[in-house]
Amino acid sequence: MSDNLPADPAPPPRPAPDSAPAADTRAAVPGGLLRRLLRNPLGAASAGVLLLLVVAVLLAPLIAPQAPDASALGAAFEGPSAAHPLGMDSAGRDILSRLLYGGRNTLGGALIALGVALALGVPTGLYAGYRAGWFDSAANWAVNLVMALPAMVVLLASRAILGPDVWVLMIVLGVLAAPSFFRLVRGIVANVRKELYVDAAKVSGLSDARIVGRHILIVVRGPVIIQVALVAGIAIGLQAGLEFLGVGSGSSATWGAMLNEAFQNIQRAPLLMLWPGLALGITNGALVLLAAALRDALEERGGPPDGGRSPRRARPAPAFEAPAEAGPRSPLLSVRGLTVVYDRPDGPPKQVVHGVDLDVAPGEIVGLVGESGSGKSQTAFSVLGILPEGGRIGSGSVTVNGRETVGLPEREHRTLRGGTVAYVPQEPMSNLDPAFTIGSQLMEPMRHVLGITRKEAETRALDLLRLVEIPSPERTMRLYPHEISGGMAQRVLIAGAMSCDPELLIADEPTTALDVVVQAEVLELLRRLQRDRGLGVLLVTHNLGVVADLCDRVAVMSAGRIVETGTAEQVVHAPRDLYTRSLLEAVLDDAPPREPWQPREARSTTV
Amino acid sequence: MTSDATGGPGGEFPDALLSLRDLRVSYPGKGRRAPRARILKGVSLGIRPGETLGLVGESGSGKTTIGRAVLGLAPVESGTITFAGSRIERAGRARRRALARDLQVVFQDPYTSLNPSRTVGDTLGEPLLGQGTGTKEARARIAELLERVRLPADAADRLPREFSGGQRQRVAIARALALRPRLVICDEPVSALDLTTQRTVLELLLEIQEETRVAYLFVTHDLGVVRFMSHRVAVIQAGELVETGDAVQVTSEPRHPYTRALMLAAPVADVREQRRRREAAALSARS
Repeated sequence: MSDNLPADPAPPPRPAPDSAPAADTRAAVPGGLLRRLLRNPLGAASAGVLLLLVVAVLLAPLIAPQAPDASALGAAFEGPSAAHPLGMDSAGRDILSRLLYGGRNTLGGALIALGVALALGVPTGLYAGYRAGWFDSAANWAVNLVMALPAMVVLLASRAILGPDVWVLMIVLGVLAAPSFFRLVRGIVANVRKELYVDAAKVSGLSDARIVGRHILIVVRGPVIIQVALVAGIAIGLQAGLEFLGVGSGSSATWGAMLNEAFQNIQRAPLLMLWPGLALGITNGALVLLAAALRDALEERGGPPDGGRSPRRARPAPAFEAPAEAGPRSPLLSVRGLTVVYDRPDGPPKQVVHGVDLDVAPGEIVGLVGESGSGKSQTAFSVLGILPEGGRIGSGSVTVNGRETVGLPEREHRTLRGGTVAYVPQEPMSNLDPAFTIGSQLMEPMRHVLGITRKEAETRALDLLRLVEIPSPERTMRLYPHEISGGMAQRVLIAGAMSCDPELLIADEPTTALDVVVQAEVLELLRRLQRDRGLGVLLVTHNLGVVADLCDRVAVMSAGRIVETGTAEQVVHAPRDLYTRSLLEAVLDDAPPREPWQPREARSTTV
Repeated sequence: MTSDATGGPGGEFPDALLSLRDLRVSYPGKGRRAPRARILKGVSLGIRPGETLGLVGESGSGKTTIGRAVLGLAPVESGTITFAGSRIERAGRARRRALARDLQVVFQDPYTSLNPSRTVGDTLGEPLLGQGTGTKEARARIAELLERVRLPADAADRLPREFSGGQRQRVAIARALALRPRLVICDEPVSALDLTTQRTVLELLLEIQEETRVAYLFVTHDLGVVRFMSHRVAVIQAGELVETGDAVQVTSEPRHPYTRALMLAAPVADVREQRRRREAAALSARS
């Protein structure tokens, strides 16, 4: 079993290191992004409309019937005609021409505002997020100040001071919009900076500029593109608003100025409002839709973590094997011919557990051993009836106390989990809610399941904490999860599992996240519970030392099958199966310690 | 504490490649008045060329911080770090960049230590890029490295998500080796891997050391791993070294009670031996 072959793709629920982190979603490949954007009809349509608008506005001198300010007073308020498709305005100017030329000013103004906002917000955001320190504090202070200012008031005031130039106003608007980029970029960068691959790049001797270019910009890019579309819409709207109020530069044609002019003549020619209004509406609508489509395109990225090119070992078809030596079924837990199947959106369902037989007798500790992707956790989840989304039991039988649980309605399964069967997870900390005290997390389920009063629940919780040997139970009840250690948290979870006096405990790698000294204590606790209460335990683990320490019997799993079962002593000392042997050979307990260091000259220069 | 705790051959070798003297690292406490969190409280140790020093301790003991301080990723409060004869505890950016040639790292988590959106070739090229290696030369070196860590040559064009944990860790090892360093900090490099994968990665690291005389500072919580990998072992508890010595001595005749407790607590895959150890541990806990 070499790791040169890719690991079996573990089904989704496997805890941390087995499934690729979701981080993939953030990074975007530009080509892929564009393709995905255009595949979305909304994205394609809005991008098309914007492109058309920009081209039309750029080509204004070529396609406009006449200059925007050429007026023929005699033709004022003339209706649409062949020469003037949209008619004339109050000063006898061609509306289409004014719309096209006005678009240059309106869109150009928005472009300037965006350019200024990007130039100010993105580099400072990158620097503040990446280097932190005093610059970060100062920049945050400045940004908070700018954000506290009402944009419209500042714009009106700056017009009074700087004069009625639309371009100057757009620069001011850009300054006002810069904080939104700053905050966005800074927040993302501050997170990426902590990634190990950034540390690795630093150790590799890359300069900060290179690190930012290679690892950070790629993450920032997507969100900034979305923000650009949104801010562009806001800039166009604000600019039109100013012009409409008559505080823009009245001389040049803009869509806002056209609105203003139309509004003054709304009684005589109501249709004049339509054209600039439509232009503004379509542009802003397209920008908002484009931003939404961009966001979808970015989030859609990645797809299934091991799809595509990933080379995968051809798995033999799940040939049906007659259960070799299933033997009589145990009264407490008995699994026969269990298969677990995951439905996949593309392609046939995938079987991850292929016919498992397993028994746990009352008062017996059975180890279920295997490597990641072996199906050991899937087997445990099947017994608990908590297979993750998409997974289901394909066939087989699971009986608890002689009662069949496969096909049991969820409600009855829950009763079973609350009563006869209990569960201890791998990560104690992530299974406690940080917002509630230990006491309330122990008492609430008991009050609910057993229907007892608060007082009774409290007494019982204290008893449970004593049972799991927590030093000062009264004090611990009042603590929050972040105030206790990992080992203590695992004891609390075991206490919770014991609260309904179960007969079968299913523990999924209960000590993997703990230090060895704490691990030994938790193992001792499980041993005592088994001895004193006759608890049956199914212990899922990859650690053969834990098996040797605690288990009566062991089942070894590989690639979804049980390859060997026997007493712990037999499996550990006289393994029959080849895979079990390779597993035991990989254990380093018996490997001799390394010899002391010997000086040796001549450092080889090959690899 | 330093004099006794660093006992044995101690931190001062005349021929040490890396030596730490009374290294202290602390972080500002949370809140304005909170005291600084002292992570390392005066650590001294030394590593000679081609030597592996195993650093064992529990979570929160500060073992990872030692490695990060050497790499310039943790703030040194006081004490010295000497590498190849020159002091580096206050090395600036330019000096750090030059140090990249000699000083490298393999992190614990092969999932987050590789940028998910960069190809393996791109990741391996990173240290070469930092030193201004030409494209053609870099490509040849990348092929060489992939072969060395036994990954297929076409791995260079693929993304990390197409590889298993063990394979990713090989990529991380190849990245560390790219510049032919003299010391590699290995921060729990096999903790996230399966047992059989773990063994092959450890053997690869040993092989590379035999060939290149690279020294390892091998940080781990796994006593089996540390014994297999290390010439010498240092045991750290709450920011202080409690015992240092040859691997044979520390793992079979530990002197410090904490080391003894650690050794007895780690379960071994032998039913009878484990029962004996369990009883011994219970006995020593009672006394």
